[in-house]
Amino acid sequence: MVDWPILSVLIFLPAVGAAFILVIRGEAAVVAQNARSVALWTSLITFGLSLLLWTGFDTTTAAFQFEERTPWIADGIDYHLGVDGISMLFILLTSLLTPICVLASWQSVQSRVREYMIAFLIMETMMIGVFAALDLVLFYLFFEGGLIPMFLIIGIWGADNRVYATFKFFLYTLAGSVLFLLAILWLFFQYGTTDIPALMGIGIDPWWQNLLWLAMFAAFAVKIPMWPVHTWLPDAHVEAPTAGSVILAAVLLKIGGYGFLRLSIPILPDASVYFTPLVFALSVVAIVYTSLVALMQEDMKKLIAYSSIAHMGFVTIGVFTFTQTGVEGGIMVMLSHGLVSAALFLCVGVVYDRIHTRRIDRYGGLVHRMPVYAAVLMVFTLANVGLPGTSGFVGEFLVLAGVFQVNTWVAFFAATGVILSACYALWLYRRVIFEALTKADLKSILDLNRREVAIFAPLVALVLLFGVWPMPLLDVFHASVENLLAQHQLATGTAPFGETLFAGN
Amino acid sequence: MTYPVPALAPALPEIWLAVAALALLLFGVMRGDGATRIVAWGAVAALAIAGVLVVTGPTDGAQTFSGMFVADRFGIFVKLLVLLGSAAAILMSLRYLRDETVEHFEYPVLIVLATVGMMMMVSASDLISLYLGLELQSLSLYVLAAFKRDSVASTESGLKYFLLGALASGIFLYGASLVYGYTGATGFAAIAAEIEGEAQLGLLFGMAFLIAGLAFKVSAVPFHMWTPDVYQGAPTPVTAFFAVAPKITSLAVFMRVMLEPFGALVDDWSQILVVLSALSMGLGAFAAIGQTSLKRLLAYSSIGHVGFALMGLAAGTAEGARGILIYVAVYLVMNIGAWAVVLTMRRDDEGLVEGIDDLAGMGRNSPVLALAMAIFLFSLAGIPPMAGFFAKFYVFLAAIHAGLYWLAVIGALATVVGAFYYLRVIKIMYFDEPARPFERAPRELRWIIAVTAGLTLFFFLFPGGMVAEADLAAQALWK
Repeated sequence: MVDWPILSVLIFLPAVGAAFILVIRGEAAVVAQNARSVALWTSLITFGLSLLLWTGFDTTTAAFQFEERTPWIADGIDYHLGVDGISMLFILLTSLLTPICVLASWQSVQSRVREYMIAFLIMETMMIGVFAALDLVLFYLFFEGGLIPMFLIIGIWGADNRVYATFKFFLYTLAGSVLFLLAILWLFFQYGTTDIPALMGIGIDPWWQNLLWLAMFAAFAVKIPMWPVHTWLPDAHVEAPTAGSVILAAVLLKIGGYGFLRLSIPILPDASVYFTPLVFALSVVAIVYTSLVALMQEDMKKLIAYSSIAHMGFVTIGVFTFTQTGVEGGIMVMLSHGLVSAALFLCVGVVYDRIHTRRIDRYGGLVHRMPVYAAVLMVFTLANVGLPGTSGFVGEFLVLAGVFQVNTWVAFFAATGVILSACYALWLYRRVIFEALTKADLKSILDLNRREVAIFAPLVALVLLFGVWPMPLLDVFHASVENLLAQHQLATGTAPFGETLFAGN
Repeated sequence: MTYPVPALAPALPEIWLAVAALALLLFGVMRGDGATRIVAWGAVAALAIAGVLVVTGPTDGAQTFSGMFVADRFGIFVKLLVLLGSAAAILMSLRYLRDETVEHFEYPVLIVLATVGMMMMVSASDLISLYLGLELQSLSLYVLAAFKRDSVASTESGLKYFLLGALASGIFLYGASLVYGYTGATGFAAIAAEIEGEAQLGLLFGMAFLIAGLAFKVSAVPFHMWTPDVYQGAPTPVTAFFAVAPKITSLAVFMRVMLEPFGALVDDWSQILVVLSALSMGLGAFAAIGQTSLKRLLAYSSIGHVGFALMGLAAGTAEGARGILIYVAVYLVMNIGAWAVVLTMRRDDEGLVEGIDDLAGMGRNSPVLALAMAIFLFSLAGIPPMAGFFAKFYVFLAAIHAGLYWLAVIGALATVVGAFYYLRVIKIMYFDEPARPFERAPRELRWIIAVTAGLTLFFFLFPGGMVAEADLAAQALWK
């Protein structure tokens, strides 16, 4: 264990780096280069420190660790931080991806580099804050504060239709989250505290639970996003710069799923059970519908965006099975998707940097000029499909196993999503990589350079490692999920479904 | 018959400021317009000294002038904000007055006199002394609105403000006379004692007229029509002054009048305020969308903000009063900052511009100013971690606590709509192609912007102290 406030350091170190970039003075080119270096080193140090979270983490307990508590706004609203098995890995995911984003933007972003790097570092602060916060007001502050840098990232460095996309992103999310704020205020006035652990299982009147659940659902369903409030996501993804898409898909979407796990289910257990059919229905529609839509896309980023929505459908199904297997599967899908979708967007970024188009039919036959790229993209395409041996498989399999115990129809439809994902992903791969190399501008395209290899190498390694050996991840959140479900059964009086698949680890 | 001299200590800051205003006026008359800068800095110093006197003065609710004037913690809190707003307004005007060749020494004197009126309003515990303060304030403001006397827009603005302001004062007086007729008293404590029993219909009418007059002063919908025109027409630093100090004063008076004499009738006036609040938030959000002038946009924005503040008053609780006090404090800081940025929008050939489109590309031309403006706009929109979020947080809390769920939901939705037009300004600053850059901002504006932006951004680190002060101030209304 560490005896200094590691979570606060993790949260505010990137912000300090951002402040440092702000005061850099000098010639434009020098400022840009220094801003890049400072951002890279700050995010790398943050990542290094976040590894201490993992090494110091006690996997045998479901209690919150690395806790910090300081009086803040009022009695009952404290600056309260802490992580358990569910949140810890998301912090690692965030701190892993931020330096990758900085590296990925090294050359593709040439205008206003300083502001760009500041936005990414502030973004990291907000996201780590969301996952570390154990107070609802603090959570909300980071949750919504993250909108500001993302709004600017899409709006300033995005593609042609960026203004529309970024307004849609901001207003959708804001509309969802203001209702969530009212729910927080109601909880505070009713129970005199916004401390998340204190509110868990506090036994709220069922009618109020349902209202509060819907208010929180509005926030998280938009964020994750669930059908039918998903429409901001394809727009935002298409218009965002590569690194923006990476953060959006890999981390921001996970905040929705994390919100369900951290807030909706423990604080409002009865309502969560009551609304499970709604969640299942929306998720199944999302999986089938967005997979079909993905088949029809002509824009690579849009295809991946729709595929993300389908994968998030798996997450919500898994989480709301209330089985050990299903919930662990949901978390696993989130973590795996965090790596895979990030990598896929980076792959799109690689060819976009060279040819400046995302249209699928402008590509073809890349394998002849870019063998390394073809191999990398294959790994992530297969991981996206959920092929055994990749991290994508573990999560989807656990979710399907979990939901099969609860509702076979949902399992049936969700399984069709797996098939459809194979269709659109492999078809995309074929159209971009294989076939003859006929387009003139592709004939001189270059394979991955050293910087790009450095970006993809850790992602490939992690995707394959966790595909064959997911235990390091599952171990971390096993105890926490077990506790979550035990508390849930205690609160709702329901019997547990089935046995855990990985019992005894 | 002897007339004892009333205790002067509780009113010392007001007396000092009135004397200082007269002294500055004399000095100005002797030295002429060339001394405007000296008079202005003298006025700022006088306001600062008044601030010290306010802080060191009595805090226990000492009364004087036969109970027509009270110095309590509520008054201290609001007066400090007003003094800050006035001082900032004078500093923000320095450059403007010179550039627009309206550098007359009366300007700072008028602001100081208006400030005296506002401080009297805040401390008034009698309808008559309240009206005296109100008129001193209003008359100074009418002149200020028309201060650029060669400009049609400015004089029109002054005339409009005068006509409608006089009408509102009349409505207020009419209400006051009804209240006096039915209770036989003008003192707040005496009225409250009279109302203890049953409220007669005529008294309720009187109260409704008082509310209408006050709603006009704070520009709550449907008594808001004058605001956009006056804000747009008045010289920009005067508009900045209008948007902060008089608005905060009127809100404070609104609170005192509702909670002290009419505290027993909370169920009756609360429903009126719910409507005022909901309409103001709604109109403030929707009407601002189509604006092209930054001054008009901020005018509608201020209408919306009054709606949010009134939400706290509609709750009718000490928690709500505390919420409003926090709200106006945050509102003061972020509005001074935003208006200071508007005042920097000056080009060599065009002079001061005020179109939203003129901000285009500010993110490139002057990144620091644009960053500050973005902070103010996100704060006005109520996005955390900016101070504006906490302002809304506390009034929402009070509204939920008082069971005003629907009002809270309307407020939440108005926040989303409002965010749209604030974002539009940010979009123009950051996403659009740059227009021609502005002149370098004068030093005093840069300082004001830096300080207010810092406070807005870092408020979340230390909200406790201000909240505690606001709490004590709000408690003073329930003695």
